[in-house]
Amino acid sequence: MSILVDKGTRLLVQGITGGEGSFHTQRCIEYGTKVVAGVTPGKGGNQILGVPVYNNVERAVAETEANASIIFVPPAFAADAIMEATDAGIPLIVCITEGIPVMDMVKVHSYLKGKSTRLIGPNCPGVISPGKCKVGIMVGEIHLPGNVGVVSRSGTLTYDVVAQLTSLGIGQSTCVGIGGDALPGSTFVDVLKLFNVDNDTKVVVIVGEIGGTFEQEAAEFIKGEMTKPVVAFVAGSTAPSGKRMGHAGAIITGIAGRASEKIKALSAVGAMIAPNPAEIGLTTKRVLDGIST
Amino acid sequence: MKVHEYQAKAVMSQFGIPVPKGKVASTPAESRAVAEEIGGRVMVKAQVYAGGRGRAGGIKVADTPEEAGEIASRLLGTRLVTHQTGAEGVPISRVLVEEASEVHRELYISVLVDSTTRLPLMMASEAGGMEIEEVTQAAPEKIFKVSIDPAVGFQPFQGRKLAYGMNLTAKQVTEGTKLMTGLYQLFMTKDCCLAEINPLAVTADGRLLALDAKLNFDDNALFRHKDIQELHDEEQEEPLEVQARQWGINNYVKMDGNIGCMVNGAGLAMAVNDLIQYCGGSAANFLDIGTLNTTDRVVNAFRMFVADSGVKVVLVNIFGGMARVDVIAKGIVEAYQQMDIPFPVVVRLAGTNVDEGKRILSESGINFIEAEDFYDGAHKAVQAAKGQIK
Repeated sequence: MSILVDKGTRLLVQGITGGEGSFHTQRCIEYGTKVVAGVTPGKGGNQILGVPVYNNVERAVAETEANASIIFVPPAFAADAIMEATDAGIPLIVCITEGIPVMDMVKVHSYLKGKSTRLIGPNCPGVISPGKCKVGIMVGEIHLPGNVGVVSRSGTLTYDVVAQLTSLGIGQSTCVGIGGDALPGSTFVDVLKLFNVDNDTKVVVIVGEIGGTFEQEAAEFIKGEMTKPVVAFVAGSTAPSGKRMGHAGAIITGIAGRASEKIKALSAVGAMIAPNPAEIGLTTKRVLDGIST
Repeated sequence: MKVHEYQAKAVMSQFGIPVPKGKVASTPAESRAVAEEIGGRVMVKAQVYAGGRGRAGGIKVADTPEEAGEIASRLLGTRLVTHQTGAEGVPISRVLVEEASEVHRELYISVLVDSTTRLPLMMASEAGGMEIEEVTQAAPEKIFKVSIDPAVGFQPFQGRKLAYGMNLTAKQVTEGTKLMTGLYQLFMTKDCCLAEINPLAVTADGRLLALDAKLNFDDNALFRHKDIQELHDEEQEEPLEVQARQWGINNYVKMDGNIGCMVNGAGLAMAVNDLIQYCGGSAANFLDIGTLNTTDRVVNAFRMFVADSGVKVVLVNIFGGMARVDVIAKGIVEAYQQMDIPFPVVVRLAGTNVDEGKRILSESGINFIEAEDFYDGAHKAVQAAKGQIK
């Protein structure tokens, strides 16, 4: 098994005719993902990469039974795209777009309330279940099918973590990038809940960073409900206070936002903390070795 | 994006929030004229992008227009060092001269977006005048909070809850609710990250007055607020950060160390800086080069390193995904061709088109230190900074 995406995923691409949209659609198809439809308003009726393009999501879903959407729409229009996919009843939306205004996301979250759609991102690399399905912009080749779940606020740091795992022969069940924004659609807790009940996931790696309190919330969940070992790293120990470190959500505005506070919270509930970002793979290996002996 | 206090007060005023009578001045003569116009006692307040101005000597009382002019002449043209700035401080180019109010009580009000509920949150406390985090630690029972549903907006009952929480009188409760409604509307209309009044004064004659004002705006929403964009004061920022933006490098933060870093991705860039520290060194900057299709930004990143006198070594750490490693490698070679690189450069490359990138570097004949992996890159950069390798 795996979480969120697998062989049964039928992907729709919002913004498929744009430069990034078409480039990554091609990469997803090459990885083996079933891309069944694209949506670009005004370009309905065309085909791109052998995929039919529709004017709106509702029509695309009606005709292709798409059950997941990936969004490559510019930031000013991305919130609208998320709500359109939600309205069409798509159960999983992965939003890649970086730079969506916070207030737009407040509205999106308000709209999502009471609906069964799950949003991953925005400002994220997406989701991959190695060997099965890739709904994202990550490099497929560095992944290896296996039993470690990875959930991260970062993109390229996750690539490095995955490469560390793969080079040690440790495969991944699913890797989820929840994104670097202040208001992600899904948090660490949301994804931990899924990994917790996934038969194929034995260990979960959390890659956090400064800003917000998502890591502390994860610690609460680990303490109360998590039945699997967790490995953690929190980036930004050296980040100065009050400065936005690239990601919109990566800014220390209070004590709780510091890496040291997050590490303390995760360590207190038994998560294995990697001593540095280059040893996340090794730390995971030690935990896995501990389970098998 | 930050703005100055006088600008924040002007915006608040548009939303019906009472602020002291005052004007901004950029010379001692102007300051004196404003004080004369206001009459009586005035405050002279340094306008800088940093908190802690009072304790740092940036806020003074003047009894006469002459005194206001003298204070302004002592502040203007100098740099203010507060606990929020570096040792070099921030320049004072303007002062706000405003009427001094007789303050009976100091309260606190703010609005921000709560990442847990994903809703706007208004906080109020009767313990104003100090940093709210100190109140959170010392007297959490004095902080009152309401979550606001954006579909219906700020409701009067929420205003009453906060107003009674601050122990306002019956008349002040009405006034306070109106003020809070205005602050919420400002927050939503202008796409703020933070709207804060600290302190909110209850004057001796029982009025509410925003003595200080702080507004931070969402960078991602500035495209729809040209009026706010224009308020930006680059002079208040670290000059190298301004320079970086002009060269198309939007995610650059100056730091204190001597290893210049160029990384793709914000999380990886933070992790590289952490790893450098773990290896016993320290980074001169945070730099996320982003995704690129051309080499210009890489060359410009090297211009940044050359411009930063603190840089003794450069560490390039790229894990190509969206960003292609060969483009980065070409950019490094071009940088060597275009400028004199006076420091060792450690390069770690991985990911999309890595073989091509490594070939470009090795065939170029440039002198660089190759790193095998993430750890090796940081380790070698620290060694190079200590002069142990070249």
